Amino acid sequence: MVGLVVVSHSERAAEGIAEIAAEMAGDTVIEPVGGDGDGGIGTVPDAIENAIVAAADADGAVVLVDLGSAVMNADVAIEMSNAEAVIADAPVLEGAVNAAVAATDPSATLDSVREEAEAAREIEKL
Amino acid sequence: MTDDGRAAVAAVEAVANRIERERDYLTQLDSAIGDADHGGNMARGWAAAADAARDLDDPDAQTVAKTVGKTLMSKVGGASGPLFGGSLVFASVELDDGVTAESAVAFAETYLEKVKDRGDARVGDQTMVDALTPAVHTFKKSIETDSRPALEALAKAVDAAERGVAFTVPIRARKGRASYLGWRSVGHQDPGATSTLFILEELLAVAADQLDSEVPDVDATSPTIPDEAGTDEGTTPEPEED
Repeated sequence: MVGLVVVSHSERAAEGIAEIAAEMAGDTVIEPVGGDGDGGIGTVPDAIENAIVAAADADGAVVLVDLGSAVMNADVAIEMSNAEAVIADAPVLEGAVNAAVAATDPSATLDSVREEAEAAREIEKL
Repeated sequence: MTDDGRAAVAAVEAVANRIERERDYLTQLDSAIGDADHGGNMARGWAAAADAARDLDDPDAQTVAKTVGKTLMSKVGGASGPLFGGSLVFASVELDDGVTAESAVAFAETYLEKVKDRGDARVGDQTMVDALTPAVHTFKKSIETDSRPALEALAKAVDAAERGVAFTVPIRARKGRASYLGWRSVGHQDPGATSTLFILEELLAVAADQLDSEVPDVDATSPTIPDEAGTDEGTTPEPEED
């Protein structure tokens, strides 16, 4: 089953987004990760790598990211990790919800979950 | 310890000291256009990197570069981690046979490519690429085309970086946190370009010290900067939609 990783500059934001997405996620594994490792705002690749390893089984993990350095550090984490993982180019909250739903489909693949996450770019609110 | 290993540890210590001295200045630059963490992040990362480099047992320059890069990646906590640290780890493969003028050019080019690739940035985006690109090009040309001594090439590169930092002031940020400000980023000096310059200045000072030489009094005048034939770098980028 494809797992999800939610990366935010704020550990609490990552946890909150994972909490919202989990409502729709069935038994999909969602790993929140964030913060600079020192109690501050930021992202570090080692922590993201650990989250990817925790979320990915044989089907891999889709990584949702917030701003700039989250993208770069997720990129580095994927390079370092042996697990199969891809970054979704999607808004982090809406993308996580979409991905969570997509991952519960028994025929879901890494690509189908990433595509559903990226479809969240089109969501209109008004 | 090899000579280049000793020089590399000295360089890392010099950079860490410089970044610590400039910490408040870098934070001040970053608070104008970013999230005010560049000074603190860099100071924390380089202090840890200097400790890690000192703890190495008889390292060569490649091992020092790799260790410093990995430490920066895990300690910086922002985009500077993958940009400064990840690129250092990646470029360190060019130092297989130690530090020579040729391997230094290859190292610099590989480092620049990784920074541009990782940050998806090019010249004119108001980032460290604006300081790094002219520095690397000037260094390469001074050694490969103009056959200048490495120390003089490095001195020219530092001057080119200084001009690159000045170039970031009047332009609009297109990458990094400052890009969220749109036109309001105009008139501000990029913090990452500035810390890149500080690092290059310290490398030059340590290189001169190790070679027991004075820092050559040269500047990177325009004829020494190679044409960007076949690329669009250095020209005004197309406006992007925000």
